[in-house]
Amino acid sequence: MSVIRNEPAITPELIADHGLKPDEYERIIKLIGRTPTFTELGIFSAMWNEHCSYKSSKIHLRTLPTKAPWVIQGPGENAGVIDIGDGLAVVFKMESHNHPSYIEPYQGAATGVGGILRDVFTMGARPIACLDALSFGDPSHPRTRSLVAGVVAGIGGYGNSFGVPTVGGEVRFDRRYDGNCLVNAMAVGIAETDKIFYSAASGVGMPIVYLGSKTGRDGIHGASMASAEFGADAEEKRPTVQVGDPFSEKLLLEACLEIMAADCVIAIQDMGAAGLTCSAVEMGAKGDLGVTLDLDQVPCRETGMSAYEMMLSESQERMLMVLKPDKQKEAEAIFRKWGLDFAVVGHTTPTKRFLVRHGGAVMADLPIKELGDEAPVYDRPFRETAAKAAIDPASVKPPLTLADALEKLIASPQLCSRRWVFEQYDHVILGNTIQRPGGDAAVVRVNEGPKALALTADVTPRYCEADPFEGGKQAVAEAWRNLNAVGARPLALTDNLNFGNPERPQIMGQLVGAIRGIGEAARALDFPIVSGNVSLYNETNGTAILPTPTIGGVGVLDDFTRSMTLAFKGEGQAILLVGETEGRLGQSLYLRDVCGREEGAPPPVDLAAERRHGEFVRMLIRDGAITAAHDVSDGGILVALAEMAMPGKIGAVVATPAGIPAHAFWFGEDQARYLVTAPDADAVARLAKAAAVPLIRLGATGGRAIAIEGERPVAIDELREWFEHWLPAYMAGPG
Amino acid sequence: MKSAVLVFPGINRERDMARALRLLSGREPAMVWHADAALPSGTELVVIPGGFSYGDYLRCGAIAARAPIMDAVRAFAAKGGLVLAVCNGFQIACEAGLLPGVLMRNAQLRFICRDVYLRVERSDTPFTRGYNAGQVIRVPVAHGEGNYIADGETIARLEGEGRVIFRYASPDGMIDPDWNHNGAMNAIAGIINAQGNVLGMMPHPENHVEAAIGRTDGRGLFAGLVDHFNLAA
Repeated sequence: MSVIRNEPAITPELIADHGLKPDEYERIIKLIGRTPTFTELGIFSAMWNEHCSYKSSKIHLRTLPTKAPWVIQGPGENAGVIDIGDGLAVVFKMESHNHPSYIEPYQGAATGVGGILRDVFTMGARPIACLDALSFGDPSHPRTRSLVAGVVAGIGGYGNSFGVPTVGGEVRFDRRYDGNCLVNAMAVGIAETDKIFYSAASGVGMPIVYLGSKTGRDGIHGASMASAEFGADAEEKRPTVQVGDPFSEKLLLEACLEIMAADCVIAIQDMGAAGLTCSAVEMGAKGDLGVTLDLDQVPCRETGMSAYEMMLSESQERMLMVLKPDKQKEAEAIFRKWGLDFAVVGHTTPTKRFLVRHGGAVMADLPIKELGDEAPVYDRPFRETAAKAAIDPASVKPPLTLADALEKLIASPQLCSRRWVFEQYDHVILGNTIQRPGGDAAVVRVNEGPKALALTADVTPRYCEADPFEGGKQAVAEAWRNLNAVGARPLALTDNLNFGNPERPQIMGQLVGAIRGIGEAARALDFPIVSGNVSLYNETNGTAILPTPTIGGVGVLDDFTRSMTLAFKGEGQAILLVGETEGRLGQSLYLRDVCGREEGAPPPVDLAAERRHGEFVRMLIRDGAITAAHDVSDGGILVALAEMAMPGKIGAVVATPAGIPAHAFWFGEDQARYLVTAPDADAVARLAKAAAVPLIRLGATGGRAIAIEGERPVAIDELREWFEHWLPAYMAGPG
Repeated sequence: MKSAVLVFPGINRERDMARALRLLSGREPAMVWHADAALPSGTELVVIPGGFSYGDYLRCGAIAARAPIMDAVRAFAAKGGLVLAVCNGFQIACEAGLLPGVLMRNAQLRFICRDVYLRVERSDTPFTRGYNAGQVIRVPVAHGEGNYIADGETIARLEGEGRVIFRYASPDGMIDPDWNHNGAMNAIAGIINAQGNVLGMMPHPENHVEAAIGRTDGRGLFAGLVDHFNLAA
């Protein structure tokens, strides 16, 4: 083989600039037996960075449960696939776009949405919903407001134009995200179970076709950028951020689904991180085939692009497909109709080599399987987070009355209304949104029904930092609870693991602990992980984010007309608490935002109780025994009660049970709990007894205030004002 | 009712519209591709649905207004054919010269998706015969550029001729800036052309046609159109 060496010499500086460690470079030399070309070095850096290779997390991710009878495809493809019956499958995944969103919030967030949508429709599914879990720095940090504005506008700008409803997610503020915001985008699509498309190529000599937008110089080294910490020069990394074009993506969606329906496709892979390199290598490697690419055929946005640039570009809205040769003309006609580029850029070979030609020269000639399989895998040293002591509720002196504390919490950045955010997202398009943002989980009808999906995204990072294992369990349990609370049967989850620098044992300990917790909860709840993404190095100048393993949960309702909401439905109904309350204040919002203390052990998660209580609530909903249901989480029972009262403007008259300090009862964040309302409390109590589920009666709905016996009543109208005030007022501020 | 829904690249509420038409008329609408030169024969109602035609990268609706199918739509309208233009469709209809005025960016410069209240100003049009004049309906909006603006003369003419069909209002039907979410002049949410056969509106009645999904306030518009054609037949 003659490799033309008209490129920069490979120096230690160049290797370091590509994010490759000296020993990783040695590995390359050993693998190919010679010095790599510049293009090859770029390819290795793209394939072996943290973002694409999962080299720090792989050995731990392998411990996660990924199987269940209803799982069609677990991790390893573009997205996970589960069977929901009636010949239908749900295709879903969550993915981060943290680093680009901090550098360029609008485009970073927009292309995050675009990327995850492509992952879903690449598999033959039509996207039916998106969710976005966002973490921002302290509201007083000078960048926070503009990041919120840019990220939210970017998510809306892409999803609204593409035409998918954005139905849920979460927004949090914490100073630990000052230097690294998190944008975790989840997309969910529906396909027919027998028409799922995969990325493994098959057959020798099959045409490899490039589809979609042209290739430009944007996003080169995007994946490498997302695999390193930020220093003072974060702003200078702007050219590595891609620019989104939702219009092209909408066309790409329609064209892809059309050629899939016409049975033209053998294999398909979207060009995401590391673009052409990653997609071509994956298709070949998974199919045990070689791939030869002719870069002279790649549609380019600008002239004079080098092989190196084309192989590493992360231009958006592009796909690579292996087509059935006899269907090539038909597929091309469909793409031309949609005004998209279509070019045969290569073919499959029997050699298992990844061969890249450009301008008559061979620019890369590498063993295709080893590019992925031989990527370094690290068993990084880790230090487990030391356990913290539980907080004795009696040791916490309430600084405010219950009523004042409720008002403070409901108006706080963490608990106030997210209306300012979700109103910028089209959440009603497609006409299937049964439960809009603001409930425990969004509910979206599947096609014309009768089935519907419940969707949620959850994590409590302050718990995860205090105890990564319990925090990991809690994130899964809360997602599972939120699905139960709307009456859905939880089926599977996608995880988006956001952490700091894994080369620090303390951070690695958080990652390992959280994965163990997620695994334990997923096993106990039969809630397998079918897809996910790891984002490490969320760290700036040595300060890491809070460990944030976001869990995206999917559940199914057999009858979309029977979904349950959290709003009180009428006066005089019993308010019942499912689950046990010890009044755990450690790491609670009450302790943090009312008492100013960030301390203690987070609430432990009893997974057997979670399962029993969740199944009980789902049964109550199915049997029509209750009229409202709400998961109790951030802020505890009193906040949950306020959230149920505000939508219907119906109050509650309740009393504090004996034997527990009032502030610990109302604001403790014990797990495995739900609030429900019922016209016939005795019937529910009998069912609870039979199911061995703890249940107590707190009081009844009614009036126009939250009235706790012996406390100042808090008017619902005032609560609503507090609830709706903070975010719009904050966003109207300077900057 | 034989309806045709236009499909431009980037349009994305065509399925929502087709479902509403199917539910209320019992008939599947024809989906008509932008590059076609003619409407299906016998078309009684043309619908220009919502979305982001051509990405709205130029002025909203400006490119779609010049698509081949729009010549056929202009000819159809000139002969009195009914045209319903919703959201991006309204923007396209304005750009195509079927309706006066223009839709500017929302006053607060943000995309807004929420339920709004509309006061139905007239019930004596084929589009609003399913409602009573003065009735308030609740339907969603989802747009970044829905702020209706026209010159003083045009507004005076629209008002004088009773061609404002829907206005943003409070739940009890009062015109109030607090309930005009996008800042439209005279709270205009929908207008009709001088001949009374082309309606443009920003809100989405097609998203409120099923009780199981939420509300049914949008049904009146489609049911009224079906009645109109049944009576004519």
